[in-house]
Amino acid sequence: MMFTKTLCVTALALATAAAPSFARDQITIVGSSTVFPFSTTVAERFGKSTDFKTPVVESTGSGGGLKLFCSGVGTGHPDITNASRRIKESEVALCASNGVTDIVEAKIGYDGIVLANSKKSAQMDISLGDLFMALAKDVPAGEGETKPNPYTMWNEINPDLPAVKIEVLGPPPTSGTRDAFIELAMEGGCKTVDWIKAMKKTDKNAYKTLCHTIREDGKYVEAGENDNLIVQKLNANPNAFGIFGYSFLEQNSDSVQGSMINGVEADFDLIAEGEYPVSRSLYFYVKKAHIGVVPGIEEFLSEFTSEDAWGEEGYLADKGLIPLTDEEREEGAKSIMGLMNLSM
Amino acid sequence: MTDLISPSSQLKGRKSAETRFQWYGRGAIFVSLLFLVVMVGSILTKGVGAFGTTNVAIEVDLGPDAIDPANPADARFEKIVKDALKTQFPEAKKRKDRRMIYGLLSNDMGFELERFVEANPEAIGGTATVWFRASDDFDAVAKGAVDRSLPEDERRMSDKEIAWIDQLTEQGAVERTFNWSFFTNGDSREPELAGILSALMGSALTLLVCFCISFPVAILAAIYLEEFAPKNRFSDLIEVNINNLAAVPSIVFGLLGLSMFLNTFGMPRSSPLVGGLVLSLMTLPTIIIAARASLRAVPPSIREAALGMGASPVQATFHHVAPLALPGILTGTIVGMAQALGETAPLLMIGMVAFIVDVPDSILEPATALPVQIFLWADAPERAFVEKTSAAIIVLLLFLVTMNIIAILLRRKFEKRF
Repeated sequence: MMFTKTLCVTALALATAAAPSFARDQITIVGSSTVFPFSTTVAERFGKSTDFKTPVVESTGSGGGLKLFCSGVGTGHPDITNASRRIKESEVALCASNGVTDIVEAKIGYDGIVLANSKKSAQMDISLGDLFMALAKDVPAGEGETKPNPYTMWNEINPDLPAVKIEVLGPPPTSGTRDAFIELAMEGGCKTVDWIKAMKKTDKNAYKTLCHTIREDGKYVEAGENDNLIVQKLNANPNAFGIFGYSFLEQNSDSVQGSMINGVEADFDLIAEGEYPVSRSLYFYVKKAHIGVVPGIEEFLSEFTSEDAWGEEGYLADKGLIPLTDEEREEGAKSIMGLMNLSM
Repeated sequence: MTDLISPSSQLKGRKSAETRFQWYGRGAIFVSLLFLVVMVGSILTKGVGAFGTTNVAIEVDLGPDAIDPANPADARFEKIVKDALKTQFPEAKKRKDRRMIYGLLSNDMGFELERFVEANPEAIGGTATVWFRASDDFDAVAKGAVDRSLPEDERRMSDKEIAWIDQLTEQGAVERTFNWSFFTNGDSREPELAGILSALMGSALTLLVCFCISFPVAILAAIYLEEFAPKNRFSDLIEVNINNLAAVPSIVFGLLGLSMFLNTFGMPRSSPLVGGLVLSLMTLPTIIIAARASLRAVPPSIREAALGMGASPVQATFHHVAPLALPGILTGTIVGMAQALGETAPLLMIGMVAFIVDVPDSILEPATALPVQIFLWADAPERAFVEKTSAAIIVLLLFLVTMNIIAILLRRKFEKRF
């Protein structure tokens, strides 16, 4: 009992000693799990090379991060949020309604989404249109008609594709990777059919439902948010394909290979040049009201925008971030360090 | 009524049923042991690599061109190391090759040299051989984890890189040592630098808060309910609620913590204080139920004898009943704390699922917990984090075993037999 008492008294003493203010002296970052590896790398470097404390980085997902970010001004709320997509109008409005009006937007680079399989099988070369046919819930059947997806083998869609069962492991609906995959790959393939493209103008809802719905008959397997798990499953099953971020392909290049999409290889340079069709931009957003209140935000921004970090040969490129072009970086650094307000 | 004595076929059947049942029981134990052995075995074999690390000796030039003796802190340490690597491997002229030779050492190389110079200021002005931490890929080769017989494009290291590593090894510039930094560093994005200390401290601080709140509160609640509370509908209602609370999914407590401790009271996000409070809400019902059961198991004769000798109810409870129930209460507490130790879901809501490098030294600083660290490493793209994940699981299991041993020792100390 004495032991308990001593322990608790010490703990309470520790707590009350610092209790008067819950003020925070390190940067808090929330947001996308895709940006997390890059954000943490910069945070770690920043903590080591300056006298500021290492920022705390939470992985909450893009949507969750923006929700926290927009919940208010003050040290109880995060200073920076990462996003694997651009902030939405509705989120800007939410921010504004909570007093978060001045936001700085920083675009930091690109990420490719790859369709990969085990190296034990042959590499696939697939067009976005065929990929849509393989994974959509309903596929077009003639002008203006759709039918439930009948395809079970890749070569039923296109004789050039391999004669194996369609089995694709991918992220669940909560994931930003899935959102981006749907937007870029599914919709991209969907649009290649002329009458569907025309439908976008006449009936946007039907267009969205058709293009954005992934089949639910077991050919697309939701494999959870853990991309490492998908890679392991691909090794165990050479006939399966997986959908994940480029950095996981790079780290596992000895066991899995990316499929060519529209004839373009999932390759660092080709994604950077914008040739590879399934790539998206990564962002972070900074709350201007916190600059000067929480120490180190401006210094953190200058670390992030230094050539050593986000440059073509910077340490973020080593982590799998695909850098912006030279001009984009130059302009980006200017607007970020100049703390220009976000304009939609 | 004739066959009471002579053995009947029925008796035989009963005997064989008993033997069968015993074999079923042994089978069940065997199966669960097998699972345990497979699980622990795979974790150990995967994780053991994380406890070793590779160091490389590189001769660096600390002459006046590189470091200004008057102002050594301003030197560009990373560049000095990179220049040293270029001198070591003059054949790497192309940009891609240069990137590869820089990749042999950990990203930390600049800071490592800076620490070396701070510790050995007399080395400034000449050349020095400094041991650097090798990168995770280098480490994998040194460990033999890279299969050299595979074709070049199917492994992570190219022939060139392996040749450089072999060259360094032949020169005696490569050594394998125990990875102490795994226990002294916080988290890192570089697998070769990542350590468990910040998560371990976070878990310890969180559990401390959790214990300090849930243990006294639970014991007082249990003693009152069991020994003093009148038996009426209201106390029945409380009992039903406590039993229900013990079965509530832990994420619910996380949400409660988010809205109450963070949003209403404005406590610091990601801190062990909030984590401990949330986990103590979760463990309270478990401890109360266990404590009540062990109080109930104390023979009534003890209580009656104490009361008969003139002790007040409070004296009877605290001098006689509670000490006898203590071993059972401790067991319940340990079960509850072990549950809290392994919990990640409620911590997610209050911001403890985070990348935290600095080791927390008070309950108000941001911290993470061991299971969260395991989750984060399991999710990291770098291959070398696979073994770190298993190593973190080993540390978590050791933490748990330590907790259990403390509980057993305390129980031994307090246990009384009749």
